[in-house]
Amino acid sequence: MNITEFVSHPLNLVTFFPLVGVVLLLLTPREAKNRLRWIALLTSGVTFAVSLAVLARFNPADPQIQLAYQRPWFQVAGLQINYILGVDGLSILLLLLTTFLTPIAILSTWSAIEERVKEFMVFFLLLEIGMVGVFLALDLFLFYIFWEFTLVPMYFLIGIWGGPNRMYAAIKFFLYTMAGSLLMLLAIVYMGLHYGTFSVPEMLAQGAIGGAVQNWLFLAFAAAFAIKVPMWPLHSWLPDAHVQAPTAGSVILAGVLLKMGTYGFLRFNLPLFPEAAVHYAPLMGLLAVIGILYGAMVSYPQQDVKKLVAYSSVSHLGFVMLGLFALTAQGVEGAILQMINHGISTGALFLVVGMIYERRHTRDLDQFGGLWKIMPIYGALTLITTLSSMGLPGLNGFVGEFNILLGAFGSQALGSPLYAGFAAAGVIFAAVYMLYMFQKIFLGPVKHEVNKTLKDLSLREIVTLLPLIALMFWIGLYPKPFFALMEPAVQHLLAGLR
Amino acid sequence: MLFDAVHNAGPTFFHLAPLAVFIPLLGATINFLFGRRLGERGVASVAVGAAAVAFVVSVLQWLSLQGHHEAVTVPIVEWLTIGDFQVAWAQRIDTLSVTMMLVVTGVGTLIHIYATAYMHYDVRYKNDPRRYARFFGFFNLFIAMMMILVTGDSYLTLFVGWEGVGLCSFLLIGFWYEYDILGNPSTANARAAKKAFVVNRVGDFGFLLAIFTLFWYFGTVEFEGVFAKVHEVAAQHPNVLLAVTLFLLLGVTGKSAQIPLFVWLPDAMAGPTPVSALIHAATMVTAGVYLITRSAELYLAVPQAQAAVALVGGLTALVAATMAVAQYDIKKVLAYSTISQLGFMVAAVGMGAFVAGMFHLVTHAFFKALLFLGSGSVIIALERAHHPLPDDPEAQAVAGHHGHDHAAHHGEHDAHHAPFDPQDMRNMGGLLRRIPVTSWTYIVGALALAGLPPLAGFWSKDEILLEAKHLQPVVYGLLTAAAFLTAFYVTRQLVMVFLGKPRTEAAAHAIESPRAMTGVLVTLAVLSALGGFLNAPGVHAFGHWLEASLPEIETLPFNLTVAGISTAVALFSMALAWSLYRRVRAWEAWQHDPLEKVLGPGLFDFLRQAWHWDDFYRAVFVQGYDALAAFLAHTVDWRFWHDWFHDTIVAGTYRRLSRFLARPVDLGIIDRIANELAGSVQGLALVLRGLQSGFVRTYALSVFVGVVLMLGYLWWVIVR
Repeated sequence: MNITEFVSHPLNLVTFFPLVGVVLLLLTPREAKNRLRWIALLTSGVTFAVSLAVLARFNPADPQIQLAYQRPWFQVAGLQINYILGVDGLSILLLLLTTFLTPIAILSTWSAIEERVKEFMVFFLLLEIGMVGVFLALDLFLFYIFWEFTLVPMYFLIGIWGGPNRMYAAIKFFLYTMAGSLLMLLAIVYMGLHYGTFSVPEMLAQGAIGGAVQNWLFLAFAAAFAIKVPMWPLHSWLPDAHVQAPTAGSVILAGVLLKMGTYGFLRFNLPLFPEAAVHYAPLMGLLAVIGILYGAMVSYPQQDVKKLVAYSSVSHLGFVMLGLFALTAQGVEGAILQMINHGISTGALFLVVGMIYERRHTRDLDQFGGLWKIMPIYGALTLITTLSSMGLPGLNGFVGEFNILLGAFGSQALGSPLYAGFAAAGVIFAAVYMLYMFQKIFLGPVKHEVNKTLKDLSLREIVTLLPLIALMFWIGLYPKPFFALMEPAVQHLLAGLR
Repeated sequence: MLFDAVHNAGPTFFHLAPLAVFIPLLGATINFLFGRRLGERGVASVAVGAAAVAFVVSVLQWLSLQGHHEAVTVPIVEWLTIGDFQVAWAQRIDTLSVTMMLVVTGVGTLIHIYATAYMHYDVRYKNDPRRYARFFGFFNLFIAMMMILVTGDSYLTLFVGWEGVGLCSFLLIGFWYEYDILGNPSTANARAAKKAFVVNRVGDFGFLLAIFTLFWYFGTVEFEGVFAKVHEVAAQHPNVLLAVTLFLLLGVTGKSAQIPLFVWLPDAMAGPTPVSALIHAATMVTAGVYLITRSAELYLAVPQAQAAVALVGGLTALVAATMAVAQYDIKKVLAYSTISQLGFMVAAVGMGAFVAGMFHLVTHAFFKALLFLGSGSVIIALERAHHPLPDDPEAQAVAGHHGHDHAAHHGEHDAHHAPFDPQDMRNMGGLLRRIPVTSWTYIVGALALAGLPPLAGFWSKDEILLEAKHLQPVVYGLLTAAAFLTAFYVTRQLVMVFLGKPRTEAAAHAIESPRAMTGVLVTLAVLSALGGFLNAPGVHAFGHWLEASLPEIETLPFNLTVAGISTAVALFSMALAWSLYRRVRAWEAWQHDPLEKVLGPGLFDFLRQAWHWDDFYRAVFVQGYDALAAFLAHTVDWRFWHDWFHDTIVAGTYRRLSRFLARPVDLGIIDRIANELAGSVQGLALVLRGLQSGFVRTYALSVFVGVVLMLGYLWWVIVR
């Protein structure tokens, strides 16, 4: 075993390549801001390319873990801890989403981050390592390390480059996530002792822990993940974190970090605690539906655009949770796609909000109005993003939401079509808050003199948004390849639940 | 999927059907991307060309179906496959879908041509010539979406088009998003657009639930598969069909503006007039009628649902007609009239009179498009006389003639002129002499709407009444009353707009529209006059054509009594309106509406305010939602969850816990390590000094250090 062998494995490479960028950044003088930005951008770009290479070697027809890399790591109290990375149909899209969004987020900081560019980029690349690690780790111990590790860079990104109330938001973000993580840590330790290993594939091979314990373990994991998602009523850290975070932080927070929660349910709660998952499906479904409706209603009266978008995430992630706990193929696959969709659409929404914030230094809806006439390209791209977010057919959001609702409607685990029925009302509410936001910013006459001289998007800003817009159309018009990547793995997962 | 072998004599062009979607889509894309460079002529050519190609494609489908009336499926792409849920995007070409294709692209192309001239003036009056290209982009996009809707071979594809046309409707209602309907700066048009979208989403919610139910009980959402299992499902789960049909009905009441969701359509008149003609009269709003006809197999299996649909249609026809009699805005009269006429169609297809309903859909497309375009011609005629533009020689000549140099003021007219509403019929009168082509064609359309023989509206409406008398006597009563009111408001409008003396300067100097507009009006007038012979008694060409796509239904023979009664009702009503309004001819300024004297101001105002239906919704649903959302956002979410729960429960517990940990568990060691490490890395130290939170900072750093140590260990293990 040697370093070359370690690095030559694509999953190790995609996880740790950003370290190269970190080293280069540390060697670069802090005054050379543009060089620092280019280093970060290129590093994350190469990481994305590596993830595409992973995709190229990924066999969609195989429902199992692929490209696994497993080495014994160290022993604690006689327990073997392994370093295991692997990818399957449940995680491949999230890996790609992470590596895809990171360079876009970095590009969005070009003119927005002027202070401490060096540290910012270092934290950003470290964050990417953590996120990719979370989606690839298949040893509970290793997973927990990556999971906790993502907290740190994000904490600093909010705490240093955030808005006026950044410390409050950063600490709150930290405390909430950590509270859940502690329960999960206890559960992980229990499971390690029970199974004699932390390796998830081995645990699955040994079979689920029976009895009431399984319910407790489910709930302990659920606590960590539900806070991260966030599920109603554990969402109150989210508006603070989003409002205070810098644009790139919000993009990654909404785009990827929240998905770590939903992914956790998918990767661990469903296969490791199958009886508990079925048992708690109605409860999770209920919380999800409340989240959908509550998030949508609460977004509507917000004056701060970022807060509005933040609450919309509560609603959108409610759809994901509903789909997961429908425990039907349509529901789970719709949920996985919706994780990607939310990353794209809400990521784009935060970028869009950031662009106007850079120009006007306000996010108050009353400060805008009539901008479509002044910034037609900005208006058109925002309109597409808005429509994608509210689930218009032809764009990505519809495909995810439709399948989730379809899957939930006939779900035996949920036991009633009422879940889907109420959740579908969220589609109406989404139109209310999204169109309201679009109207307040872009329609009507131009009310404020300052807005009359606003510049339309620069080439760099268009380039930042275009990949996201292209994906909105691609997934909306031809989602087949995306489902093909996950279908066998989801069928395999569901077979284990029956 | 069903691939019919094609064995008829002539050549077939089914494989070209996808072009009906893609060519308008291409036209839209070209105009969106390059419209500003193309100029008005280029934009107009692309848009009209794309619509015309779609029409030609539709005609080819019609030709291909001659002597081959079976449905043909044209696959386009496999959309998605999840478990046993498979949806492909395929087109279903049969006589029903081709009927819709012909109406949409045929009337659509005419309206495109008309709009090239109309929008020329409109963008100039609103001072934004750049919008010209955007308008036609949206217009072509609408045709494409409508083609997806009517040719889709599954409920899901239909729904995709259904939402797509809704989007175009939203974009075009709010086309002048920075104004109100009079051109004053306002968010009114934008709000009207949003209202249309949201109200339609309520209907779409029903449509979605119908699709879900279909999938779980029928195992498919494709038409063929669903219809094949109707009897099986009806036997096993009797309520499922009822649920599906009622969910679909909710969708229909949204898109086709029926009670209780019709309230968006009058506001939709904020869109430019060609939009009202194409989307909110001739095509999109009839999608609900098409949906029910398409689902004939389902509805025929559930008589309760049929009765519900027929009743909704009948009530809407009557209620909307009462609203139309008291409107002053020329387009609002037509809007309520459209709701009412859609009620006729919905009632018809609800009763199972699918041919009659579809027939009325076609003739209505002709005469209502004609009426809307005619009203647009009237509006522009008044605009041009009121504010002559510098590049409008005809209007300049008129302006010079009546001695007002409006051109000099143009651009500041909002400030200098009293608000002039070119859509208010009280500002009109005597237009017959000034703009004869517009007027005479309008009169043809109006009489067709009133249902006078032998114009198109007579035949189709008569067929509906005939079926209603036979199938649902209550609905027959409602529709006859509605027909009475229809003839009344039509006559009222004709007198107020075209007869008597002009009541304003603008009306006195109204300018006839250019040939691109009047030519279209004449074409539509001919269709409105003669279109009824498509399915006149003895001919029934339309009925035979449609039969191939419908379950077997008996058609009733022509009944002279029914036709006689409806004609007599219409004539009597027109005479009544004439006797009330003929005095108006002599007025030079507007006085009280004669109807107001008959009904009393209270009732007249009640009708004029559309029964306060909107006010009721605003008070209950809109304000209710606003209040609930505000309560949840500010009180529940912020004051309770965010502030109290966090500060007291979450943060408080942490504080107590950390105080407890700080004493027995000495965090000093960790702190020291952290500080020293931070001191050694200069950048991080800088970062950390800015942060002021002992516990979290310590923890964050411990995690960080821990992870670094572990990864270092990993490194060592592997390198070893």
